[in-house]
Amino acid sequence: MTPLVAAHAPATPRLVRSLIGKKVIMAVTGVILLLFVIAHLLGNLKVFQGAEHFNAYAAGLRTLGAPFFPRGLLLWVARIVLVGAVCAHIWAAIAVTRASWSARPVGYHGLEAVETTYAARTMRWGGVIIAVYLIYHLLDFTFGRVNPSFVPGDVYHNVIASFRVWPVSAAYVVAMVVVGLHVYHGLWSAFQTLGLNRPPTFRWRRGVAGTVAGLIAVGYISIPVAVLAGILR
Amino acid sequence: MKVTLHVWRQAGPTAPGRFVRYDMTDVSPDMSFLEMLDVLNQQLIARREEPIAFDHDCREGICGACGMVINGRPHGPQRATTACQLHMRTFPDGADLWIEPWRARAFPLIKDLVVDRGAFDRIVQAGGFITVRTGSAPEANAIPVPKRDADLAMDAAACIGCGACVAACPNASAMLFVAAKVSHLGLLPQGQPERSARVVNLVAQMDAEGFGACTNHGECMAACPKEISIDFIARLNRDYIKAAISHRQG
Repeated sequence: MTPLVAAHAPATPRLVRSLIGKKVIMAVTGVILLLFVIAHLLGNLKVFQGAEHFNAYAAGLRTLGAPFFPRGLLLWVARIVLVGAVCAHIWAAIAVTRASWSARPVGYHGLEAVETTYAARTMRWGGVIIAVYLIYHLLDFTFGRVNPSFVPGDVYHNVIASFRVWPVSAAYVVAMVVVGLHVYHGLWSAFQTLGLNRPPTFRWRRGVAGTVAGLIAVGYISIPVAVLAGILR
Repeated sequence: MKVTLHVWRQAGPTAPGRFVRYDMTDVSPDMSFLEMLDVLNQQLIARREEPIAFDHDCREGICGACGMVINGRPHGPQRATTACQLHMRTFPDGADLWIEPWRARAFPLIKDLVVDRGAFDRIVQAGGFITVRTGSAPEANAIPVPKRDADLAMDAAACIGCGACVAACPNASAMLFVAAKVSHLGLLPQGQPERSARVVNLVAQMDAEGFGACTNHGECMAACPKEISIDFIARLNRDYIKAAISHRQG
């Protein structure tokens, strides 16, 4: 006889065990990372206000919450949350991908795609590209290892020096297009995974995802383009 | 009309399978797809060859027994149509048709185009039912149901359990099927007593059967002969999150 009641399992493990639960983890961590990507973009756009403003903003991140919080504390809290979110996001992605890949051991002669989008089909490898790019990005601007002339503290100089090398700018543009596609499918999927489809939400879910993704990609890409065009020097 | 068929032939679950070519002439455009296969099977029997095994029952598009992937599309190219309701006039004269079974680990192949969809039955057995009062039938209008809920529940209840959603999904996920079963009972007052236990148990069984994870491609909705919307998948996720967090007992 099938039990009529749910098994006596604590809520958290059940959410982590099930595929839906792993998708929820992916959605929640994805939203955290998306909020960072938006905040990071708004900060980066200060580069157009000139070296003084931009460097002051970068230094200001370290004194955020002063004098209540000690120097750098909130920055480190943010870093820990972001690293945790990245790890959980990737862990959940690998878990659901493994389940999906093993769910069809014998493939089709051909399965025609009808409804899916390019963004949806490139989520997995797009995610890998973003992860690889993220490592390069941190080595370039945070650790300065691959920056052509890294000056600690002079963030404006580091950005201009790096983006003047056109292959660096080209890789950045490609990575931001991938981020845009990932955000488009990811954000609309998060609405779906978190069950946010009550009217009127479901009418603007795709539109919101597309607009946010487009603004993010265009906003980030504007910086290397401005450097190469000589607007930022 | 003439058609060239490439049909997946496999003698048994563990036997090797391959596509076999059959050239058909004098096919009536008014035949259904299954009638065309019937004619081919008669020819095969006359030639003392093994006929092609395929599932079918009502041939009215309402039972969910038939189903095969035709040229990469579960139930063929026509929207909202089961394979039995698909007519040969859908295809051009001289068409090349590739016919395959549903492909999923949770739907093991039995023979040729027949797969075992028992996984769906076990999912429904895990909680796709409601408590009913035995004895005399209650007055039909005693329980008020808002019109919107009744319509939505009916949309979900249109699921015939054919498995086209799993077949079409790039991840071989059964989310649309489970979403339909959870929603059609969860939307009605009669389904409330077991609502949270139902969603938890159905999802646990779905995972145990080895279906993949939904990545919101929407292919299931396009393949569904009853055009069940992926809005129900969002509803399933919402119900599951609520039930998993509150872990209220049935």
